[in-house]
Amino acid sequence: MGFLNNINFKRLKEGLTKTRKKIFDNISEAVSGKAVLDETVLDEIEEILISGDIGLETSTKIIETTRNQLKNINDRTYENIISNLKLVMKNILLSSSNPDISNISKDKIAKYAPYVILVVGVNGAGKTTTIGKLANKFKLDGYSVLIGSADTFRAAANEQLDIWAKRANVQVIKRNPGADPSSVAYETLSYAKTNKIDIVIIDTAGRLHTKQNLMQELEKIKKVIKKVVIHAPNETLLVVDGNTGQNAIIQAREFTKFIEITGLVVTKLDGSAKGGVIFQICSELNIPVNFICVGETMEDLQSFIPELYVNALFN
Amino acid sequence: MLEDLTLKLDKALKKITGQGRISEQNIADSLREIRRVLLDADVNYKVAKQFIEDVKSRALGKEVLASVTPGQLITKIIYDELALLMGGRNAELSFNPSGITVILLVGLQGSGKTTFSAKLAKYLALKKRNVLLTAADVYRPAAVDQLKTLGSQIGVPVFSAEESKDAIKISADSIAYARENGFNTVIIDTAGRLHVDENLMDEIKAIKEKVKPTEILFVVDSMTGQDAVNSAKAFHDSVDFDGVVLTKLDGDTRGGCALSIKAVVNEPIKFVSMGEKPDSIELFHPERMAARILGKGDVVSLVEKAQQQIDSREAEDLEKKLLENKFDFDDFLKQIKMLKKMGSLKSLLGMIPGLGTKLKDSDIDDKQMIKVESIIQSMTIKERQNPKILNGSRRKRIARGSGNSIQDVNRLIKQFAEMQKMIKMFNSKSGKKMMNNYKNLRIN
Ligand SMILES: Nc1nc2c(ncn2[C@@H]2O[C@H](COP(=O)(O)OP(=O)(O)OP(=O)(O)O)[C@@H](O)[C@H]2O)c(=O)[nH]1
Ligand SMILES: [Mg+2]
Repeated sequence: MGFLNNINFKRLKEGLTKTRKKIFDNISEAVSGKAVLDETVLDEIEEILISGDIGLETSTKIIETTRNQLKNINDRTYENIISNLKLVMKNILLSSSNPDISNISKDKIAKYAPYVILVVGVNGAGKTTTIGKLANKFKLDGYSVLIGSADTFRAAANEQLDIWAKRANVQVIKRNPGADPSSVAYETLSYAKTNKIDIVIIDTAGRLHTKQNLMQELEKIKKVIKKVVIHAPNETLLVVDGNTGQNAIIQAREFTKFIEITGLVVTKLDGSAKGGVIFQICSELNIPVNFICVGETMEDLQSFIPELYVNALFN
Repeated sequence: MLEDLTLKLDKALKKITGQGRISEQNIADSLREIRRVLLDADVNYKVAKQFIEDVKSRALGKEVLASVTPGQLITKIIYDELALLMGGRNAELSFNPSGITVILLVGLQGSGKTTFSAKLAKYLALKKRNVLLTAADVYRPAAVDQLKTLGSQIGVPVFSAEESKDAIKISADSIAYARENGFNTVIIDTAGRLHVDENLMDEIKAIKEKVKPTEILFVVDSMTGQDAVNSAKAFHDSVDFDGVVLTKLDGDTRGGCALSIKAVVNEPIKFVSMGEKPDSIELFHPERMAARILGKGDVVSLVEKAQQQIDSREAEDLEKKLLENKFDFDDFLKQIKMLKKMGSLKSLLGMIPGLGTKLKDSDIDDKQMIKVESIIQSMTIKERQNPKILNGSRRKRIARGSGNSIQDVNRLIKQFAEMQKMIKMFNSKSGKKMMNNYKNLRIN
């Protein structure tokens, strides 16, 4: 697909390497000049992984797996340790069997049209911005796109989405603040059906996963949109702020209890945060990362490719 | 029936025996556990390490109260240090006594600045300040609209310049406007920015130069992970902020970034923001935050309670007796009384992590304790000190005197004999191993 061929490797790399203290530079430091895999090296690797928000438990697992793999191998050069570590990390990110929508085929969309994507996440994660970028991407891929503004709660949510829709040159369905979000979603899908829209993206209000009533609202949205389009939503994307620490894992767990999450979008990776929580989310919940965001402009949406991510972290 | 009391005593014994001071060995496990807790709470790796080192070196050699384990004590010390570190000086907002108080809000994208600026405006308006909000986020789509909507909800005017993309000029103009129109407080909401974005960091520095804020507050999402130290430090280096605001604390994040940030910039945390409504703003409470990070508030309060209520002299005596194998019914009674002083048995046991939930349906009541107490109290001094003389007729008398059945009395005496045996063995070399058996022992 067009988008895949279009990955801006340079931007991704720039985004991920802006930081002065890069994770894997540190790893190189830790292991360079040491031919044997000693405990201090592993300790230093642990520090580096944990500092990337990978978490104590997952970091320990990664290190254990790497250590076991290196047990039977004589080649413990710096390059080999790194490539083993990379492989272990990449495999975790590849472990999810869920399909990746960044790679979706024209046939699939045609089959479902409207293909419905629901976007959820905690407050300020980057949902609306991501939707603007996604709408733009699909539009450029040649699809007709419609956005539904089901954030009827946050002040000026409609206005924000309007601006993004204008940038992406797509239409938005919206209602007055305070309206029932499910009814906005319902109307959006009805409109999409009548007007033969290919892809519908629905924005939702930011909600903390601890708020039972707001989480139930998501269940309701899902139930209501099914009345118009039985297969909806085709995708539910959870947007996670790349700065988030271990709480992101709880977020993913909790959202999953109320609505099936098919993919992750990790935002704000243009800073110095690494978004290492994705390792546990991928392995524990079998949710793949579909996209990463590395800035605030339309072009800053990247398809997520584990190999690229891990490599960009290393370089 | 006495299972729970035994359990309690088991704990007490473990605490008393041979662990008088905090040493490297007797807190190693606890420290490992605390490290895990801190890292899981998103305390920065380096900060956690340093913090634990500091506390440990200060705690080594400290006397351990008879009623707690060294591990519990170190947890308590860590808790106290956490609260101390996160609290401290200058948590109050400062105001400009003569002119306009200018509060500048800065932070990363999506951290909650706009929502918080409305909350702060409302908070200060309620304190009879004349507040103006300034919409200086010229980048995020509809950020100005958002602030305007919030302003009208709380009845605070918002200064904005629709067509302008010059955040520095807007900020400066808003101060002039405030001066002309009798406002004594201006809150400037700025665009979210990443600390690695040099242009935007230059912009925020320029705003600072221009408006000379009374207070600069760094607004940070409490769910932030390890990188919090980097962004906080970069912002501090650039604008030297005066305080921190922790947002989204109404979620279930443990909020370890609060400790990390405090540790690297040493500025006070002034407010917490915990909801989407304009009045969900609170002053920062370091103790609450410490308990939240440790997730162990209950152990802490248990230790505190124990420290308050237990007469350590009495405990020392008891310890000695235990070591000399002279533990008798009198001491047993004292032990029970001590436990009772610490509150109801149920609430006490409920505070021990892991036990609390298990206890819910099991039926321990303090009546059991009262029963034991009444039996012992019906013994003569001689009998208490030398249980061996408790023959059939003495037992019958005690049962009658205490209003219990002879079976109850027999059971208690039997259990006590076993306990004595246990103590003896525990004091012997194989003590450690015995301790495990003791743990599994059920007396019914
Ligand atoms: N630097 C950077 N900023 C981002 C990125 N994604 C989003 N943002 C910014 O983060 C802020 C919040 O983004 P929104 O899209 O409004 O987030 P949201 O999840 O829709 O927020 P609510 O609807 O209020 O819950 C905005 O200032 C965005 O410009 C990113 O990848 N990099
Ligand atoms: Mg939004």
